[in-house]
Amino acid sequence: MSTELIAWPSSETATPQPFVGQLHQWVTTVDHKRLGILYILYALLFLVVGGVEATIMRIQLIRPLNHFVSPQVFNRMFTMHGTTMIFFVVMPVMFGFANYLVPLMIGARDMAFPRLNALSFWMTAFGGLLLYFSFVGGDGLYGAGNAPDVGWFAYAPLTSKTFSRGHSTDFWILSLLVSGFGSIGTAINIIATVLCMRCKGMSLAKLPLLAWLNATMAGLVILAVSPLTAAQIMLLVDRYLGGQFFDTQAGGSAVLWMHFFWVFGHPEVYVLVVPAFAFASEIIPVFSRKAIFGYPIMVAATLAIGFISMSVWAHHMFTVGMSAAGNTFFVLSTMAIAVPTGIKIFNWLATMWGGQIHFKTPMLFCIAFLFQFLIAGLTGVMQAAAPFDWQLTASYFVVAHFHYVIVGAILFTLFGAFYYWFPKMSGRMYDERLGKLHFWLFLIGFHLTFDFMHIPGILGMPRRIYTYEPGRGWDIWNLIVTIGVFFQAAAILVFIWNLLWSYFRGELAGNDPWDAWTLEWSIPSPPPAYNFADIPEVRSRRPLWDLKHPEDPDWHYE
Amino acid sequence: MSTRRKVNIANVVRSLSTQALRVVPFCGAVVAGFAEPSRSPLSPTNIFAPVSTPAQSIFDLSHFVLLVTGAIFTVVVILLTYAVVKFRKTRENTWREPAQVYGSTQLELAWTVIPILIVVVLFLAAARVIASIQNAARPSNALEVTVIGHQFWWEYRYPSLKVVTANELHIPISDPAHPTPTFLTLLSADTDHSFWVPRLAGKTDLIPNHPNSMWVDPHETGLYLGQCAQYCGTQHALMLLRVYVDSREDFDRWVKQQSQPAQLGTKPSEGRTIFETTACVNCHTIAGTPAKGTFGPDLTHLMSRQTIASGASSNTIGNLIAWIYKPDVFKPGCKMPSMGLSVQQSAAVAAYLATLH
Repeated sequence: MSTELIAWPSSETATPQPFVGQLHQWVTTVDHKRLGILYILYALLFLVVGGVEATIMRIQLIRPLNHFVSPQVFNRMFTMHGTTMIFFVVMPVMFGFANYLVPLMIGARDMAFPRLNALSFWMTAFGGLLLYFSFVGGDGLYGAGNAPDVGWFAYAPLTSKTFSRGHSTDFWILSLLVSGFGSIGTAINIIATVLCMRCKGMSLAKLPLLAWLNATMAGLVILAVSPLTAAQIMLLVDRYLGGQFFDTQAGGSAVLWMHFFWVFGHPEVYVLVVPAFAFASEIIPVFSRKAIFGYPIMVAATLAIGFISMSVWAHHMFTVGMSAAGNTFFVLSTMAIAVPTGIKIFNWLATMWGGQIHFKTPMLFCIAFLFQFLIAGLTGVMQAAAPFDWQLTASYFVVAHFHYVIVGAILFTLFGAFYYWFPKMSGRMYDERLGKLHFWLFLIGFHLTFDFMHIPGILGMPRRIYTYEPGRGWDIWNLIVTIGVFFQAAAILVFIWNLLWSYFRGELAGNDPWDAWTLEWSIPSPPPAYNFADIPEVRSRRPLWDLKHPEDPDWHYE
Repeated sequence: MSTRRKVNIANVVRSLSTQALRVVPFCGAVVAGFAEPSRSPLSPTNIFAPVSTPAQSIFDLSHFVLLVTGAIFTVVVILLTYAVVKFRKTRENTWREPAQVYGSTQLELAWTVIPILIVVVLFLAAARVIASIQNAARPSNALEVTVIGHQFWWEYRYPSLKVVTANELHIPISDPAHPTPTFLTLLSADTDHSFWVPRLAGKTDLIPNHPNSMWVDPHETGLYLGQCAQYCGTQHALMLLRVYVDSREDFDRWVKQQSQPAQLGTKPSEGRTIFETTACVNCHTIAGTPAKGTFGPDLTHLMSRQTIASGASSNTIGNLIAWIYKPDVFKPGCKMPSMGLSVQQSAAVAAYLATLH
């Protein structure tokens, strides 16, 4: 690869626009970078909202028989916290990064379907607003309550008209329907982009891992969100058109809803965590100064995770009375997923092995991710053993386990990704000292909260209880867990301050502050609207390595 | 030279898993902090303090799983920590890029095959326990109890003994030499619930239109606590479980007493009149009186119970008055309505209920 194949245009000379004009540009944009940033900002807003809901719950549980909020409010808080964090924080933020990065990393000027992209974003955005509109419009009947309080997996028949009066459940159904269509649209777009928009020379075997993993995630979204959408429509039919799919009083099946929900719900975990793997697979090599170890097996393991994740859903249902044979099958399929996941951890470890590890903020978050994801995986194996799960499921142990995945693995790599690509998106460096402060505060808060949360689960504390009796041995652990929340909140404030301050005052980043190897670092920061003046041509998985080391290019070895 | 032997896969599996479970006692240290003799103060709902066969089998399996996952954790953490410390950037090594290694088939094969073997062993151990608990034979002397979950209380019916009670389950102790287990049929009158008494067994859900079952055979008498473990509505948190494991004699005495109708005085009290002329009778049964409702707990032997409101409060006359006067004070969102009685009328009803021994 030679230098002239990658263009380095000078920064744009844009005329400053009045505020209304700028706003109009953002609202009507079909640019993948702007839509990506919209997704990310939208998710950050809801991260704060979901975090406030979690804090309210933790204050209520700080001591036994506390009276901070009523049971009704507490039940709304855990329903809204779960729904918000899954559907309106982690999914949009992952879509945002995929939108921003995939075209840049494969040398494309935009996503395959820019208008579908905008439509999908606005569907997701309005879905979230619809959910929160329930606080205002959910009543419907006097005293029926406002926000939904059926739990984020909304088990039937609690969602039927008999048990859920008013419109709160309708807002929940409709918001997930609308955002679900948005998610499917984005997923189709990501797959089409990865398949059709790659630059010259970028065969699938030379595709950056981030693009591979996001395409896998998109495939899972199509397969997982579709049954959820179908189930939401069935639930609406039950509630308004006299259907009886899930109406147990009329002979419907509550277990049917569980199957529908978890056929979505378990692949969904991988929808969230596979993009997190994608960040780790880009950040760890750059800060270890080594190529990713075992690229082909990393891709194979990703696809294996995608396939196996479609056959494990009923491990959420070990206690609903499946036959011994059914339970045994789901033990095997669930444990099987530990194999490709283990391969990934070992390959990241082997990538660091023999490298030169630079402890910049993104790398710190990724190292913490490796340790925490290891623990999350092992507590997952414990629960995959169905009899052990009969004790652990629906207790605080399982709450601790999935927060170890969603916070300890996904949110940590996400913060890593924020710091790693912030210079590309904003054109300015973040403050390294504030970044490290954020890391250590969040690390302390995370471990105070989620390490100690396993223990009340082992001591028999079920999830979703608004209060508990003294004398169960749960008090001290709940106190520690709540204290951890305040460290996490402080860390988030540092993070937001760092983003804001750096956006206006940070040092200019230049094209390639990390001396990295993928195509997005070959163009200015922030990239111009057209991304690449000339579409690049690549000969290996690390085109910029080839450029920087013409004496020893990667394509000799791949 | 090796001699050829016929290998029976089933025997190999059995001996492997037996060998594996034999290691269990040695890893007690892993859970030593939680495993405890009964009646220790750590928690009355500790899953690592089993007193019944299903809970005990799970406990043994958990030892093995914790041993294996603990070993994996130790190995990987050592490797990760070593890599992070050893291969960090230093002043000396920054002047050039490290050697680029793209992969190693042998290594990748190793960390594919070894995890597969570990998964097979864990799977076999788990499958054995699933079969032993779910496929356990039901002996003819087993006690049958039907558990019905309601928003937000528990109904217990003993079909063979003609006993109906609520919220406090009494079952007999089971001598390991001559087991007399109790089999529970789990039903729900409304939403999903889950029966979880950690020291007796894992949880099993109560789902409308979907009967489930589970069994326990407690080896020690005493009171075992638990609570509903599947979110079922506003008062999910105060749907508490109390299981009294009685000696055989105590249990027989309890059954005899519970199968009697209510022992009422000859002259109807003021409280009884109020009870029988308001909507109380639509939901509650008091055997031997016109009260035959089934939406709420059976009150025939209310005073034989130590708690009211599904364990939310102790069964004292003062609490009864307050509960009748304003149920929302103990359980905001519970399904028992305030009947609009005055404090005096509530006290009269409570006085009547206090005669139901």
